[in-house]
Amino acid sequence: MAALSPLRLRHWQGPGLWAGALALFAAFALWGRDLAPWAFDWPRKAVLPVRRPISDAVKWLMNHADLGLFTFREATRAIAAAVEFPYRLVLALLSEGGQAAGLAVPALPWVTVVGAAALLGWRAGGAGLAALVAACFGFVALFGQWDAAMVTLASVLIAVPLGVAGGLLLGVAAWRWRWLDRALVPVLDLMQTIPVFAYLVPILILFGFGPTAAVVATVIYALPPMARVTTLALARMPAETHDLGRMIGCTRRQMTWRVMVPSARDGLMVGVNQVIMLSLNMVIIASMIGAGGLGFEVLGALRRLDFGAGLEAGLAIVVLAVAMDRLSQAFAAGRGGGRLGPGLWLLAGVTLAALMLPALRDYPDGWRLSTGPFWSDVMRWINVTFHDSLEAVKDAALLGVLVPVKRFLLGLPWLGVAGLLALAGWRLGGWRLATLAGGLAVLIAATGLWEQAMITVYLCGLSVAVAMLIGLPIGILAAERDGLWQVVRLMIDTAQTLPSFVYLMPAVMLFRVGDFTAMLAIVAFAVAPAIRYTALGLRGVDPRLIEAGRAMGCTRWQILTRIKLRMALPEILLGLNQTIMFALSMLVITALVGTRDLGQEVYVALTKADAGRGLVAGLCVAFIAIIADRLIQAGAARARARLGLLP
Amino acid sequence: MPRPKPEPKLVCRNVWKIFGPHGAAALDRLGHGVSAERLAALGLVPAVRAVDLEIGEGEIFVIMGLSGSGKSTLVRCLSRLVEPTAGEIIFHGQNLLAASESEMIRLRRHTMGMVFQHFALLPHMTVVQNVAFPLEVQGQPRDQREATARRMIALVGLAGREQALPRQLSGGQQQRVGIARSLAADPELWFLDEPFSALDPLIRREMQDEFLRLQSVLKKTIVFITHDFDEAIRLADRIAIMKDGAVVQVGTPEQIVLSPATDYVREFTRAVPRAKVVRAGSVMAPVAGHAAEAGAGRDGPCIPARSTVAEAAPLFAAGAEAVAVTDAEGRISGHLHRQAVIELMLAG
Repeated sequence: MAALSPLRLRHWQGPGLWAGALALFAAFALWGRDLAPWAFDWPRKAVLPVRRPISDAVKWLMNHADLGLFTFREATRAIAAAVEFPYRLVLALLSEGGQAAGLAVPALPWVTVVGAAALLGWRAGGAGLAALVAACFGFVALFGQWDAAMVTLASVLIAVPLGVAGGLLLGVAAWRWRWLDRALVPVLDLMQTIPVFAYLVPILILFGFGPTAAVVATVIYALPPMARVTTLALARMPAETHDLGRMIGCTRRQMTWRVMVPSARDGLMVGVNQVIMLSLNMVIIASMIGAGGLGFEVLGALRRLDFGAGLEAGLAIVVLAVAMDRLSQAFAAGRGGGRLGPGLWLLAGVTLAALMLPALRDYPDGWRLSTGPFWSDVMRWINVTFHDSLEAVKDAALLGVLVPVKRFLLGLPWLGVAGLLALAGWRLGGWRLATLAGGLAVLIAATGLWEQAMITVYLCGLSVAVAMLIGLPIGILAAERDGLWQVVRLMIDTAQTLPSFVYLMPAVMLFRVGDFTAMLAIVAFAVAPAIRYTALGLRGVDPRLIEAGRAMGCTRWQILTRIKLRMALPEILLGLNQTIMFALSMLVITALVGTRDLGQEVYVALTKADAGRGLVAGLCVAFIAIIADRLIQAGAARARARLGLLP
Repeated sequence: MPRPKPEPKLVCRNVWKIFGPHGAAALDRLGHGVSAERLAALGLVPAVRAVDLEIGEGEIFVIMGLSGSGKSTLVRCLSRLVEPTAGEIIFHGQNLLAASESEMIRLRRHTMGMVFQHFALLPHMTVVQNVAFPLEVQGQPRDQREATARRMIALVGLAGREQALPRQLSGGQQQRVGIARSLAADPELWFLDEPFSALDPLIRREMQDEFLRLQSVLKKTIVFITHDFDEAIRLADRIAIMKDGAVVQVGTPEQIVLSPATDYVREFTRAVPRAKVVRAGSVMAPVAGHAAEAGAGRDGPCIPARSTVAEAAPLFAAGAEAVAVTDAEGRISGHLHRQAVIELMLAG
């Protein structure tokens, strides 16, 4: 290569390079197995010994680590106590009543909780919101989910303030100290791409099984976006606001807490909303380490394959999510609603009356409704009636597409894949990206999890392909028609507030366990960003360009294919990126339906409380996510630069 | 007759601001005569180059330049919002660049006020809270600071809107709040960074009149930044014109229009009618000695020497051949003749 003149090298950088590389790759994949078996299966002896040390490290932390003044165990105990106390208090108030830290706390009557939620809605957004929030809580009571819902609400009410405060402090610190920002970004990247299951294990070991561990896990899961949003919101404040603070002689503390943070309130509320939604999304996973509540109900129903019960508990999570989402958004918009005065008195009166009359304290059993048996019957009927056609669909998909793709990917040599990734990285973003993409791929192979990783890639890749095939046309259609866009946007907004488990249930009911079921659930979960980014990208195309196209006599089709799709390419690529991230996060959850990928590895580690195994497999998932993310981001940046668009 | 030169209140000596790595070292190495091109070749951006200014007590000093000329950087150097690379800024005989951070906080709190182009109002606070905010930061008790704030709000003509939020106000009203806030701490130095650029032309003119009215009452020492030459000559006692980080000319509007120092300055003055700049005092026929002291000839129309020829022109409409010109004390110091006015106006 060194002998090639620059001119010929440039020629080599075009399509010729890729054709050559792919031919080499194919030849190696076909005939290289005998030549270099180590390039296909990472030698067992050379597997990086990382699992055991991680497990040992966690154990050591727990049993022997001494931080000078106190031991690590004492530190986790202190954190646990700090979380435990408010949690017990809130839980006692919301559902059980009883003793919390020596205080006798009466359980609030259910009408008080509904009334208080409605009053919040009234304060934030007026009568409409109050009615919506009351309806959401009424729904929960009506379907007999009240007690479970209050357990869930208690843990969310503790986790959200902790997540918001922690994220805010971290974000502000990162804004004030550049070095911290630089150190934090990769950590946050990893926290957001590593599957939750992976860090459930160490948390389980450190905090034990129970609501405290669940709250800690929820906070860790929900905090990164808040930190990011905070740093971003502060950095985006106009320079004049900062100048103003200095000009009137603010100290650094006044500058941060009196000028910058309050001024950035609108941006920060987006983060608060994210924390709430992620906390609710975590409800079911958290129930695996003892959160109880609605998540536990859903998980139990899923394990029993009791569709009806799972649906009702799942819907209860959804309505809680909807209520909290709308409430936080209304507070963020800050338009304000009605005055609290009279409502508060009314609520106090009702509460007092309900405390006196035990009959009013709990939701009457007679008013309960359960549609569970009905849904179970519907499911049974569908399964009986359409059994053959459902099976036929499943088999056709499995035999025609899933299995061949899986076999193909499993047959590829890791060395070749890493090489191709490095090549793509080099073409898209230079040597640093090449090193990152190739290096992470080799690292995955070195952990001895290459096979599981390739199954992950296969499931994720197919699901993303299907999601894009569905999402692109819908996005294109929705972008062209305003009315349709309103409907579609409402649907994908709602879809994104649903916890990911909700998507798993119907798929399991119809197709039982297996890769096809997992794929369906992943597609259903990941299609929303594909639609959103496509539609937003197309709608964001400069109208002057479209006008110019029309003036030249382009047909609608030509305008779409020659102008809009090309200009919207960067956005669509970002949509692809988001779709992949969504698919990967869902993939781990589908481990519950018996896939054999990295997610399963993490899940097994969780059930065996093997911290090293879980973290290593979790990091592999994160590596796959990071490789995909960096390559696509670089591609989008190149496309934008070529189109002369601003970043 | 030009006014006596006021006492310098704020003095800049050889102030430099170079953006980029190791700007100070490069400046030391290459010397203060270094060209902008030479610095740019090193990846450095000389935003302010060797600026010397003397701003007098009670003066409206306008710094005028196009975008990228360094005017905003210069005004931020004056209050050390931007740290100058080299030079001295002397205020009350003290070099601000040698002041400690806590000393600067004290100076900014009590002696400086600033108005921003995009208002920089805090969105979560009402008008009165915004205006009282500089005093709140100083730790003044609530009733005291809000009383001051209400006085300032009345001064800028917004009485009655105290409880409004910034987003409920028009652009002009928002900038009135910004002006009230900058005056709340009763500063000696008043910096205005393109305060009217973000406003509609009609509102802008109204705000300029308002600003002149305020200054006639307050008599602050003002540094006013603008990219609008018309605004500069309308408001300024003296103007500094900046180009590529350097000051190319300093003078009264009249001096700049009548004798532009460079072709660059001449470009700006070309479209300005002389009559709008030249003051009656400059083209009048002076009264010899003190003959007119008793007020002889007071029967005809008269105008102050500070008013421009364009302002005097309507007085000739009735057919008068000459108009009396009075000095600051109201004594007649000369006569403005019809012929002089016509000549000036025909000259463009």
